[in-house]
Amino acid sequence: MTAKNVLSRREFVKDTSGLLIGFSLADSTVLPRVLAAAAPEAATPSPNRLDAWLRIDRDGNVHVFTGKAEIGMGVETGFAQIVAEELDVPLARVVFVMGDTSSTADQGGVGGSTSIALGSKPLRNVSATARALLLRLAAKNLGASPDELQVREGVVSVKADPARKVSYAELAASGDLDDALKVSGEGFALNVEGLGKPKDPSAYTVVGQPVPRVDLAPKILGKWQYVTDVRVDGMLHGRVVRPAGVGAKLMGVDDSAAKKIPGYLQTVTKGNFLGVVAENEWAAIRAAKALRVSWSAPERAFPEQKDLYQHMRSVTPKATKETLKKGDAAGVLASAAKKVQASYEVPFQSHATMGPGCAVADIHTDGLSTIWSGGQKPHALQKGFAELLRVPLDRVRVIWVEDAGSYGRPGFEDTAADAVLLSQAVGKPVRVQWSRADMTAWGTKGPAVVYDLAAAIDERGEIAAVDFTSRAFSGGEVHFQPSDAGNYLGAQLSGVRNTGGVDEFAQWGVQAPAYVFANIHAVSHVLPGFYDSASPLRTTHLRDPEGPQTSFAVESFMDELAAATGADPIEFRLRHLDNARAKAVLTAAAEKAGWERRPSPKSNKGSGDIVTGRGVGLSTRGGTYVGTIAEVEVNRRTGAARVTRFICAHDCGLIINPEALRGTIAANLIQSMSRGMKEEVTFDRSNVTSVDWITYPIARAPEIPAQVDIVLINHPELPPSGAGEPSSRATAAAIANAIFDATGARVRQTPLTPARVKAALSGAHSA
Amino acid sequence: MSRTLLKVNGQSRTVDVEPDCPLLYVLRDNLALNNPRFGCGLGQCGACTVLIDNRAVRSCTLPVSAAAGKEIVTLEGLAADGNPHPVQKAFIQEQAFQCGYCLNGWVLTAKALLDKNPHPSDAEMRTAFENLICRCGSHVRIFAAVRQAADETKRSA
Repeated sequence: MTAKNVLSRREFVKDTSGLLIGFSLADSTVLPRVLAAAAPEAATPSPNRLDAWLRIDRDGNVHVFTGKAEIGMGVETGFAQIVAEELDVPLARVVFVMGDTSSTADQGGVGGSTSIALGSKPLRNVSATARALLLRLAAKNLGASPDELQVREGVVSVKADPARKVSYAELAASGDLDDALKVSGEGFALNVEGLGKPKDPSAYTVVGQPVPRVDLAPKILGKWQYVTDVRVDGMLHGRVVRPAGVGAKLMGVDDSAAKKIPGYLQTVTKGNFLGVVAENEWAAIRAAKALRVSWSAPERAFPEQKDLYQHMRSVTPKATKETLKKGDAAGVLASAAKKVQASYEVPFQSHATMGPGCAVADIHTDGLSTIWSGGQKPHALQKGFAELLRVPLDRVRVIWVEDAGSYGRPGFEDTAADAVLLSQAVGKPVRVQWSRADMTAWGTKGPAVVYDLAAAIDERGEIAAVDFTSRAFSGGEVHFQPSDAGNYLGAQLSGVRNTGGVDEFAQWGVQAPAYVFANIHAVSHVLPGFYDSASPLRTTHLRDPEGPQTSFAVESFMDELAAATGADPIEFRLRHLDNARAKAVLTAAAEKAGWERRPSPKSNKGSGDIVTGRGVGLSTRGGTYVGTIAEVEVNRRTGAARVTRFICAHDCGLIINPEALRGTIAANLIQSMSRGMKEEVTFDRSNVTSVDWITYPIARAPEIPAQVDIVLINHPELPPSGAGEPSSRATAAAIANAIFDATGARVRQTPLTPARVKAALSGAHSA
Repeated sequence: MSRTLLKVNGQSRTVDVEPDCPLLYVLRDNLALNNPRFGCGLGQCGACTVLIDNRAVRSCTLPVSAAAGKEIVTLEGLAADGNPHPVQKAFIQEQAFQCGYCLNGWVLTAKALLDKNPHPSDAEMRTAFENLICRCGSHVRIFAAVRQAADETKRSA
């Protein structure tokens, strides 16, 4: 590439603004190639200049550059509302470039339900600053002082004489719209501040409005493009072939049958990493199947599945943390008049994304490598791939393009690494599409966790002490920031060690509400993983890491304590909470549900097979409060339970877009119902045996509740907090509590399958 | 490889492909029709759905030779003369999805259902959708969209 072909980002934006607009709405296949051709290196922009974040083109379009990404919950629309609000431009004028490491600042990618809570802060501030600068320019242009001016839809005019006006587009073309910004924080917390002060929320006219999501109409009309649709000149198709089981070593490959397949090009091996590359997709699929591969016997690294929880209770933890010690819980428990003890178990779960993972990599170790991936943390991927390729960071460009919903760190990162390895080996751009089994069986997993809880009840019937112990596989065995080479499955198979893991605990008060008790002791353990390299049971972040697990234990236990003391489950929770917003969501959900104040279980269950009940769960997460009530129908003969209605009261501070928020909450409730009632990764001694939608069943149309009622509590006086995960958290417990209310049977293990409910029912009857 | 004539979205297209190649890869890779999506390759999820002679069919397991000469419609071809299909309008109105990766299957299956049974009962609708996956859990709004599209049909009938 010659120097004269090199365009600065600014020139590029000015010269091809149409393409940039097109990227969101129409033609994403063109843009990545054009951008790739424009840059010999691809350093991530420094966040300390306004024009690294925001530019206004000659047509008045506002281009916003953010390291965040849209993973299906409508965050792009929320960001657009925030920018349009601060700048006073029409919403449709705001165009995003998201997650391209060469043109967006590193905001840590998407995670922790922080995109609106934290990620929107710099966008709000740069928009306010751009508005202030534009007003200065306009003041000069119109011969008036800035406070004599008003802005409507991107046009600045003199308040007293609106005929005197100038548009943002004209101003941006005439002056340099840039400013130095004060940078603070990094990753999710990266913020910048300039001379502009954001509006007071009481003045909002765009933020808070239920505008349609910018992406949904084009998606429904078939005009959207996902990462699966990226096509690059000369692109080949790759497929990977995974080992016969955990720890199996590649002994040999015979590709003589593959060679007979038209379009087959090459088999690639690196250590135990194995893949094929072909001219077209069907040839790659056939070739992968046609390889005769010799693997060594897999390790018998996993316990029998039926022994999993026993193993988890007996194995020596690799890390232990005392997270809370208040009073003398052990002493009170030892002398308690009455004690309640219960243990809860939650299995490994799979992200099982709708699209199993797809990526394109165009690797040039002597030049610029470009990787298109739907992984939700593109800047971390850039670091990891630079390490994997042993090249400087600015020689790697990761372009985030939307994939299916990712729910954490699902394996899209591993798919991209596979593409990197294959493209590096063949010297051409390679598109890798994972199979269903590559995702469901070999993708990362959400950790299994077991909990032991105990409480002392005094003679007045009050809870005198609580003891909480969790034992979890680490939520960070594979680090949620995929920023080192050992993070990726393909790299591990090729011999790179995973040294980036961290111990992540399942904790009282963090993933479940911090109820107030006089004496409490909480201890969390992290357990060693089964196998330290390329394990199909390696664990990482799955939507709301450890949240649904810990909440299932704590919110079920709170229900057990309420029942043991003859209290109404909501009234009991309210008594042990000191947070007004937590109390308010419970009260709001109860009111909407028409909750009848009484202890569980229901006294009059009737005599038929079908009984009904209701249960509650509370979630408090990062400043967001959610009260969830489930109404269920249980067949006492079969054990089959069905949610007939959800009621969810949700408080995430200032609401940016109530309709998009309702959509996300409704979907969260269904997905977490699926996790609580259906989902369990199965395995044998060497392999995950959940490989598809039959062996990893999730909730389907007939199981969806007929009614979902959502109550939004808006707090314009508070900053927005997250909504991507909090309403996932308490669902399983609410359902288990409703099953208890209906039947008197307590199920302490998820998923809440008919077999488990039936077993609990026979226990309840014999008791 | 053999030359196969396909009728897709009202146009005749000739492709040179292996006769056993599933229709999905031909649509995506030879004809650049992106909306039939790869979800499982096993006929289990519906992301790859196309309409063949107005029936919802899984293109990931259907050999291209079996689709030759039949009327194939993909999501790209659902809008008539640039006007969104009433089913599409209803899904947009209800803002029915999260990530949207699965929507191809839901929209086309809904279209085929309503053509055959313009006023499905709740149970009929759920049964028609039983073999579709939506991993994000957008079902509640999807059902609302289908009910709305059915009501729309009722009104215009």
